[in-house]
This record gives sequence, structure tokens and C-alpha cells, in this order.
Amino acid sequence: MTLRQIVLSVNDRDHEVWVLPSDTLLDVLHDELGMADVRYGCGEGVCGTCTVLLDGEPVNGCLTLALQAAGRQVTTLRGLMGPGEAMHPLQECFLRRGASQCGFCTPGMVLTALDLVRRRGQPSREEIRYALVGNLCRCTGYTKILDAVEEYAGQAAADAPGEVPS
Amino acid sequence: MVASAFEYVAAGSYDEAVRLLADGGDEAKILAGGQSLMPMLNLRLAHPELLIDINMADERQPSVADGMLRLPALTRHRVLLEHDLVRRHCPLLAEAVRHVGNVRVRNRGTVGGSLAHADPTSEIGSCALATGAHVAVRGPDGDRTVPVSELFVSYWTTALAESEIITDVLIPVGRPRQGWSFHEMVRRTSDFAIVAVAAMVELNERADTIAATRVALAGVADRVTLADPELLAGLAGRTLTGSTGDEAADAAAARIAGSLEPSADVHASGDYRRRLVRVLTARALREAYAHAAGAAA
Repeated sequence: MTLRQIVLSVNDRDHEVWVLPSDTLLDVLHDELGMADVRYGCGEGVCGTCTVLLDGEPVNGCLTLALQAAGRQVTTLRGLMGPGEAMHPLQECFLRRGASQCGFCTPGMVLTALDLVRRRGQPSREEIRYALVGNLCRCTGYTKILDAVEEYAGQAAADAPGEVPS
Repeated sequence: MVASAFEYVAAGSYDEAVRLLADGGDEAKILAGGQSLMPMLNLRLAHPELLIDINMADERQPSVADGMLRLPALTRHRVLLEHDLVRRHCPLLAEAVRHVGNVRVRNRGTVGGSLAHADPTSEIGSCALATGAHVAVRGPDGDRTVPVSELFVSYWTTALAESEIITDVLIPVGRPRQGWSFHEMVRRTSDFAIVAVAAMVELNERADTIAATRVALAGVADRVTLADPELLAGLAGRTLTGSTGDEAADAAAARIAGSLEPSADVHASGDYRRRLVRVLTARALREAYAHAAGAAA
């Protein structure tokens, strides 16, 4: 099988990488580029720990080939952070609410929840639960995660009424 | 786990994909949304030597013409959920897709890929059967249309020839006096259905009794299955309201359940599945009838 060179645009930075056709986006982000915020959990698309945004939409890094991401914008959790690794307001809510314990699921939770709030504004608790059904957490029992997302959505709506949070 | 090595080629059109598929033979596989195929590769349940990526082959959007809702095969599940034409003309499908996978799976998974995968527990497959959908197929000898009722052969096996690709899914648009319902039992939200039921009920011209009924079931056999129309014939000319309506719906559901021999697996026994068929079908029939009566009112 032949290696191919592609340019992956991750968090607004271009990376030239050599990949095998069978390399997943997860393989390349984690193993080649050393991005610890994209994680191998199940390899079947059900646990959510490898979630990244592809052109702004959450996808499974383990079910996307690296070759398919060439020429598109990939965003990992790090890409949401401000200068000097300042935390995104949703991360602040996770911290404040105790929504992160071991932290393994957190990047996927944050990216998926942010996509929901961007789309729905102020989702109901039931909508949050439904959107996060594919993100498994073995520590928190989910309640605090729902609290954190709810708080962030309320905060984002109050800060910029009628606007879509970034 | 990690997939066995394979080669990859992105097809710019369906014609190119068909040529590549014909050249690749047994060892080539079409990659659409990848939400079923990629897990199978990662688990090494499949090991093709070549993946032909069709994601760049077509950019069309859902459309309606000649009484048909045309869904290009690459229509993502999220679009099925949200698209105005789908919600208006096939609300059954829009509702059922809520039960498919999770947000990430729905962002990538496609309607054509789902039908081609032919999973016997497929929500989308059962809706396609219940609505009398067809698939448009392209192969080396040109295009043809296949009724979904003839598409599914067995577990993950369709009637498509080796080098054929689904390009469109064609669903008759919903008619007035027609009602629908979808119910399923799952162990966890987003999981594979143990049993799923999609029902369509159409009332007569005076909108006072049933003219026609179709019920499709998932999780009951080696493929999604249309309930024998004979077993539903007794509902014609009846209503499904009140206690006599409940009895008629339950009797029809019991006949359907009795006609099936679902096999047992680690998740459910055959008897339990049959029981689910009866309960969910009766529920779906009553709800589809209420929908139809509401739509006609």
C-alpha cells in the first residue's frame, strides 16, 4: 500500500503528512500530529472520544479516513481555545460544574455540545441529552455535564441575544 | 482494532465509480458515509482491497417531481431529519431517522449507503419498504430502477449486481388521508433496534374508514420485511378508534406476529421479538390511523 502526502488543516494550521489510505483521521491526529485531545475509545463510532469538527460538523475521527479530510477544515478541542490556551467558555462551565472527572470524554462532549448550542441556541435538557447520547462518560453520571451545557447555553444566549455563539 | 490495509480512490462521478467497481471486482467496495463500513473494517469483519469513495460523485439535493420525493443516495441522515421536502412529503422517514445512530453518525451516514448495507434492523430500510420506495441504480449496462421490496435478499445482502451502485432513493410523496407511525424497541437510545415497525394507513375517499395499510418490520428476520398484505386485509373498511378499533389493531398485529419466526440472539429471544411485533404493530396501526384521520380532517 502506498503512502500519500496530504495537507491537513487542523485548528487553522496546515500540516503536511504522509498517510496510508487505511489511516483514519484519528490515527493521524493522535499518532502522527500528537494531538492528545483526540482519543481512541471504541473504534466503532459509538463512544464519541475521537470527535472532531470537519468543516464545522462533529464527525467520528475513527470512521473518517485521513485522506477524506484533506482540503477540509478540521477542528479539535484545542481549536476552540483562545490565545495562551485560554479556556473556551463552555470548558469553563464544565470546570465550574464538575462535569469532567478523568477527562477522557471531555473533548468529545465539549465539541458535540458546542455544535448543539450553535444550532439550537437554548436547547432543552432533553435535547441536550439526545445530542450527547453518542458520547459516553464513565465518571460523572452525566448530570453535571447536562448542567454545564445548560449553563453555557443560557450564558451564550444572554451574552449575545439572537446571535450564534462561536 | 485497526483495519487491514487497503487502497483508496475517490470517484468524481457515478460513472467513474461503476467503472472502478467493475475493474475491482470482488475486492472493491463502495465507501459512502462509512458509518457502517468503517466499523466493519476497524473490527476486521470486512477486508476489501480497494475502497471507492463516492462522496465527491454527486452534489444534488432532495427534490420532488412527478409525485416522487427524490433523495440522492448521498443525502445525509441529518438532511433527512431537517430537510423541508422530506419533512413534508415523507414525515415517517424524518421521524425514524431520529433513531439512527448519534449526531456524528447522522452527519456522515447516507440514505443510499444505509439501503445498500441492508442491515436487517434498519430504520431507513423499514421506512423505504412501508412507503413503497424504489432505488435508482447505475451499473455497467446503464440505469435501472429496483423496488425496495425486491432489494433486500438476506443479512447485508442486496439484489444489486456486483458493479451496481444506488444513485437515488425514490419515495412516493405522502397523500392526503394517509397517516404514518414509527415505533421501535432498543436497549439504549441510538442502538440497533431489537424490533422496529413502520406503518402507513390510508383512508378511503370519504376519509371514514381504512382503504389500505402497509406495515414493514425490522429485527424479525434476515432482512427488513414487509408484513403479508393478506394479514392486513381485514382492516379495510374499518376504523381504528375506540375499544373495537383497539381489538382490530391488536388482532391484525397478532396475525403478523404469528406469521414470523424471528431468531434469538444475545439481546432477545424469538418469542420476545414476536411479542414486540404484536405490541408495537398494534400501537403503530392505531397511531397511523389517528394521523390519517387528523390529516383528512
